[in-house]
Amino acid sequence: MPAAIFARLALTEARRGGLVWLALAAVALGLALGAFLSQLALTESRMLQAAVVAALLRVCAVFVIAAQVVASVRREIDDKRLELMLALPLSRATQYLGRFAGFTLLGATLAAAFALPALLWAAPAAVLCWGVSLAFELALVAAAALFFAMTLASLVPALAATAALYLLARSMSAMQAIAAGPLAEASWPHELARHAVDGVALLLPALDRVTRTEWLLYGAPDARGYAMSLAGLLVYAALLAAAGVFDFERRAA
Amino acid sequence: MSRDERPLARLPAWIWLAFAAALAAQIAWRATQVPAGAAAADLPPPPSAPALRLASFGEPATLARLAMLYLQAFDYGGTNANPYGRLDYGRLTGWLEAILELDPRSEYPLFAAARVYAENPDPVRSRIALEFVYREFLADPDRRWPWLAHAALLAKHRLNDLPLARRYAAAIDRHTRSANVPLWAKQMEIFVLEDMNELEAARILLGGLLESGAIHDPAEAGFLRQRLEELERRLASQPGR
Repeated sequence: MPAAIFARLALTEARRGGLVWLALAAVALGLALGAFLSQLALTESRMLQAAVVAALLRVCAVFVIAAQVVASVRREIDDKRLELMLALPLSRATQYLGRFAGFTLLGATLAAAFALPALLWAAPAAVLCWGVSLAFELALVAAAALFFAMTLASLVPALAATAALYLLARSMSAMQAIAAGPLAEASWPHELARHAVDGVALLLPALDRVTRTEWLLYGAPDARGYAMSLAGLLVYAALLAAAGVFDFERRAA
Repeated sequence: MSRDERPLARLPAWIWLAFAAALAAQIAWRATQVPAGAAAADLPPPPSAPALRLASFGEPATLARLAMLYLQAFDYGGTNANPYGRLDYGRLTGWLEAILELDPRSEYPLFAAARVYAENPDPVRSRIALEFVYREFLADPDRRWPWLAHAALLAKHRLNDLPLARRYAAAIDRHTRSANVPLWAKQMEIFVLEDMNELEAARILLGGLLESGAIHDPAEAGFLRQRLEELERRLASQPGR
């Protein structure tokens, strides 16, 4: 299966690039920071530890996967290896989706490694929900990073665009709440701004509803809401992959 | 991960010197900057809950706990003999309110209000913290009653304000619905009334409680019946009856 070759290449590159050590360092840093902060807490010290470690590892996982995808793809383009690959008797969609599958597998491995420490404080069911959700979230981030790395001209804009999309998606609900809050004045510019915020929200995934630390603190989420949140991520990852393939097909060698 | 490198001995001496001097300068510079504890006057006005939620980037539970660590550092530590004695309690309760709104299931803000900030020797500050606990109790009585019970005890024993203690105790009795709330908490008002020498009111409440059938434990029912008889004896022995 040709796409599997690209997936394997992505995993091999990550292993040789020292990603395993980086992941271990992130886990060690998270555990150390959590232990330090829990010493300062007057109550809920275990919950504080779980919350800090989970939040930190989530951010680390997203940063690692985004940086890995963007750096890998940009290196391939800058070294003209992509042109070589395009000369192979494989469809462009296969090549693009093969890479995406590899980065998704990498994200799933990272999510599993980062979910394990949460077992120190949370029930296995809650940790499983959190870990699976993180794997889906990382697949979406990988899709976004791959899309921006292929479409934008260099590394920094691609990383910045991925980070902007991710952070905006995580804070969009809070922005909507502020825009629709009771203190908001009733004027047409404000109404316009509110509708604009709602419009932007339609184009973003609801990342504030997934991989929630509350699941580790207060128990696993209800199955329906959880499934809906993950389905939302899948839809958005599919959208990004489709946009990426669309752009890749139009690419002039 | 490995890369080809030239041996260290190949580096010019001035680079070694420049690196060592820069490192020494950095350490000396930082060593002169002793970190100062956050003073009471440094506590900024509380942010709104939506602003905190925006700043949390979808991690409200984590930010709520980190914000509590940030808050408890003000006017505390070092040689401070009167921790939290100079804090602006209006701002403080504003912060606690915003943090609690960020994660309503967290017990940290109410714990800090009832067990730390309300135990301040200044009665004015203590009352502000107790009122915060009372207000927030009303939003979720079945989960937050332990903090109001502690507030009632503080009002009674530390502030010697029995009417305030009775208000808090009565609120627990009237607003809690869960079977998990223990009867001692629901009966607090009776004991406060006894302390206020409001024996008639205490007798009515206790009699009503026994007749309601809410007490299933025979030992507890026996104890309360004994208290009721004692109250009736004290009432009978009061002059003018």
